Amino acid sequence: MMSNIPEIVFWLIPGLPLAAFGIVFLGLRVLRLKSGFAALLSVSATAASFGLSLWTGISMLSAPGTSSLDGFNWFSSGNAITVDIGLLINPLTAIMLVVVSTVSLLVQIYSIGYMRGDNALNRYFSFISLFTFAMLFMVMSNNLLVMFMAWELVGLCSYLLIGFWFHRPKAASAAKKAFFVTRIGDFGFLAAILILFSSTGTFSIEGIHQAAASGIVSSAAITWAALGIFFGAMGKSAQFPLHTWLPDAMEGPTPVSALIHAATMVAAGVFLVARMFPLFEYSETALSTVAIVGGITALLAATIALVMWDIKKVLAYSTISQLGYMMLGIGLGGPGVALFHLFTHAFFKALLFMGAGSVNHSTGTLDMRNMGGLARYMPWTCITFVIGALSLSGIWPLAGFFSKEEILAAALEGQPVLFAIALLTVFITAFYMFRAVFTTFGGSYRGRSKPHESSAAMLLPMLVMAVLAVCAGWLNATGAIDSLLDDGTKHAWTTGIFGVFTHSLTWISLLMAAAGIFLAWAIYVKRWFSAERISSRFALPYFFFINKYWFDEIYNIIIGNKLLNKGIFSFFEKLDERVIDGAVNGIARLTSSTGSFVRRAQNGRLQTYLLFFAAGLAILVLMMVIIS
Amino acid sequence: MPGLEHYLILSALLFCIGLTGAIIKRNAVVILMCIEIMLAGVNVAMVAFSRFITPLQLGGQLFTIFIIIVAAAEVAIGLAIILALYRKRQTVDTEKTDFLKW
Repeated sequence: MMSNIPEIVFWLIPGLPLAAFGIVFLGLRVLRLKSGFAALLSVSATAASFGLSLWTGISMLSAPGTSSLDGFNWFSSGNAITVDIGLLINPLTAIMLVVVSTVSLLVQIYSIGYMRGDNALNRYFSFISLFTFAMLFMVMSNNLLVMFMAWELVGLCSYLLIGFWFHRPKAASAAKKAFFVTRIGDFGFLAAILILFSSTGTFSIEGIHQAAASGIVSSAAITWAALGIFFGAMGKSAQFPLHTWLPDAMEGPTPVSALIHAATMVAAGVFLVARMFPLFEYSETALSTVAIVGGITALLAATIALVMWDIKKVLAYSTISQLGYMMLGIGLGGPGVALFHLFTHAFFKALLFMGAGSVNHSTGTLDMRNMGGLARYMPWTCITFVIGALSLSGIWPLAGFFSKEEILAAALEGQPVLFAIALLTVFITAFYMFRAVFTTFGGSYRGRSKPHESSAAMLLPMLVMAVLAVCAGWLNATGAIDSLLDDGTKHAWTTGIFGVFTHSLTWISLLMAAAGIFLAWAIYVKRWFSAERISSRFALPYFFFINKYWFDEIYNIIIGNKLLNKGIFSFFEKLDERVIDGAVNGIARLTSSTGSFVRRAQNGRLQTYLLFFAAGLAILVLMMVIIS
Repeated sequence: MPGLEHYLILSALLFCIGLTGAIIKRNAVVILMCIEIMLAGVNVAMVAFSRFITPLQLGGQLFTIFIIIVAAAEVAIGLAIILALYRKRQTVDTEKTDFLKW
C-alpha cells in the first residue's frame, strides 16, 4: 500500500505550488520581487512537485494500491456533517499527478521564453502556480465538497489567465464567457453532490462508492447524480452543447492554452467522470449519455476545425473533438481507455499549442493564411509540430495511435453508429491537422515580418514534449495503465507495440488517418484540387462548418436575448420598478399626502388652536360624564 | 333663594360665551375681553362653591381675589402684546396674523 512514501510527500505535491503562489502573489505589491525571481520560484516549486509526483507514479506502477489520508477537519456542522480535507491517492490520481505536473513544469519553462518582456510576469506566474496547486489538489482530494472547491479554483484560474491581457476587450469577454458557461455545468455538479449527500450522508468519495455498491442508494438517485456529475464535466471539458467557451478561450496567452485549455483543466471533466465511475457503472442511462454526447462532440468539433484559419482555433476545436473522444471512450470502454487517451493527448496537444505559440511569436499572427514556408525558418518548431500532428492523427507508433486505437476498439464492441462516427473523426482529424501543417510550414512564406526560430527556453520544453508525444503510448502497449486502473473493463487490445498489427482494426484506422493526410497533401501541397472549388461544391455543409453551427448566435438569441433579456431580466426589472420601487414610493406618497392633509390643522392662527383646545376639553368632559 | 345650581349655570354660561367669543372674534382686543369674561365665569363658580360647600372657610374667595389680580396683570401684558403687534403690522385682526406656522 505504498508505505514506502511518507505522508508528507503527498501534502507537499500541491503544497509547494501553493507556497510559490503565496510568495509570488505577495511579491506583486508587498515584496516587489524581480520577475525573474518569481519565475524561478514558480518553476522550482513545480519541479519539486513534479519530482514527487513522479516518485508517486513510479511506486504506484511497481506496487499499485490506494492510500487514503484523513488529513484534518475543515468544518463540521452538528453531528451530521463533517468535512475533512484529506487526500485519496490511487492509480488514477497518480496518473493525473504525473500528467499535470509534467505539463505544468514544461509549460512554465516555455513561458519564460514566451512571456519574456511582458510587464506583468509576477501576476502570470502567481496565477500559473495557483492553477497548478488547484489542479493537483483537485485530483488528490478525497472529498467531493473539497474537490468542488478546487474545481472552482481551477475555473477561476482559467478565467484569470484567459483574461490575462484584460485590456483587450476580446480577452476580457472571452474570460467572462468561459467562466459563465462552465458555471452552468458546475450547477449540475453541485446538484449531484447534494443528491449524493442526501442519499448517502457523506461527501467522501470512497464512502459514496461503498454506499452505491451496497445498494442503499436508489437507482434513480444514482442516475440523476451521475448525470449531474457528467453535466459538470461537460462544462469543464467543453462538451456539446457547452463547448462554445473553449475556442474563445484562445484569447489567453498561448502557454496558458497549452496548459489549461488543452492538457489539464479541460481534461478535469474526464477525470471527474473517471473518479466517480463506480456510480456510472450502476446507471446504463448515464453511461450511454456520456458516450453519445462524446461521440457528437467529437464529430461536430472536428468538422468545424476543418474550416478554421486561426491556428489556435483549429487546435481548440481539435481539443474539443479529442475530449469528446475521451468521453466516448469512458462511456463505452471505461476509465482506463479514456485516461490513457487523456494521458497521451495532454502531451501531444500541449506540444501542438507550444508549436502554435512559437509560430505566433515568430510571425506575429495566428492566421494560417499569413504563414507558409516556415519549415525553412523554424526547423525545430516544424519537426516537433509535425510529430504532434502525427501523434494526434493516430499514426503508428506514436502515442496518439495507441490510445485512439483502444477507444475505437471499445466502440467496435456493439456500437456500430458510434464506431462509424469515431472512425470518420479519425479521418477528419488527420485531414485538418495536416491542412494546418501544410499551410503553416509548407509552400512559401506569405507574411510580412521576418520569421525566426524561437529561443531555447521555448524549444527545450517542446523537444521534451515531442519525445513524450512519441513514447507515452508505449506505456500502455502492454496494458500497464489498464491493469493499474483495474476497472474490470479491460480490452484484449494490449498486445505490445508491434502486436497491434495482428488486428484488422489497426489497418482500418491507419488507412483512414493516412487517407486524411494524403487528401490534405493533395489539396494544400500538390493543389490537385482547389479548396475553394470543394467548398463551393459542398456549399451547404461548408456553410454550417464556417458558421460553427451557429451555436453562439443561437445561444445569444434564445438564451441571451429571449430567455435572459426579455424573460428573466425584464421580469426582474419590472419587479424592481413596480413592486419594490412602487412600495417605497407608495409609502413616501402616503406619508406626504397624509401630511398635506393633516397640516391644514396647523394654519398658524391662534384661534384655530383654541378651537381644538375647546373641542378636546368638551370631549374630555363628555367622557367623564359618560363614565361616571 | 337661588341655589348652587343657578350660580353654576350662570358661571358655565359666562364661560361658554367667553370661549365662543375668543374663538370666533377677529379683533385681538375683543378676544382679550372674552378671556376676561371666561375668568369672570370661573370666579363666579369659585365663590359659589366656597359659599355653599365650605361656608366657614374662605379659600375659594381668596382664590378669586388672586385670579382677579393675575387677570389684571395679564391684561396689562396682553394689551402690551397687542400694541406691539399693531406697531409691527398695523392691524389687530387675528385673521392676518397667522405667521405662527412655518
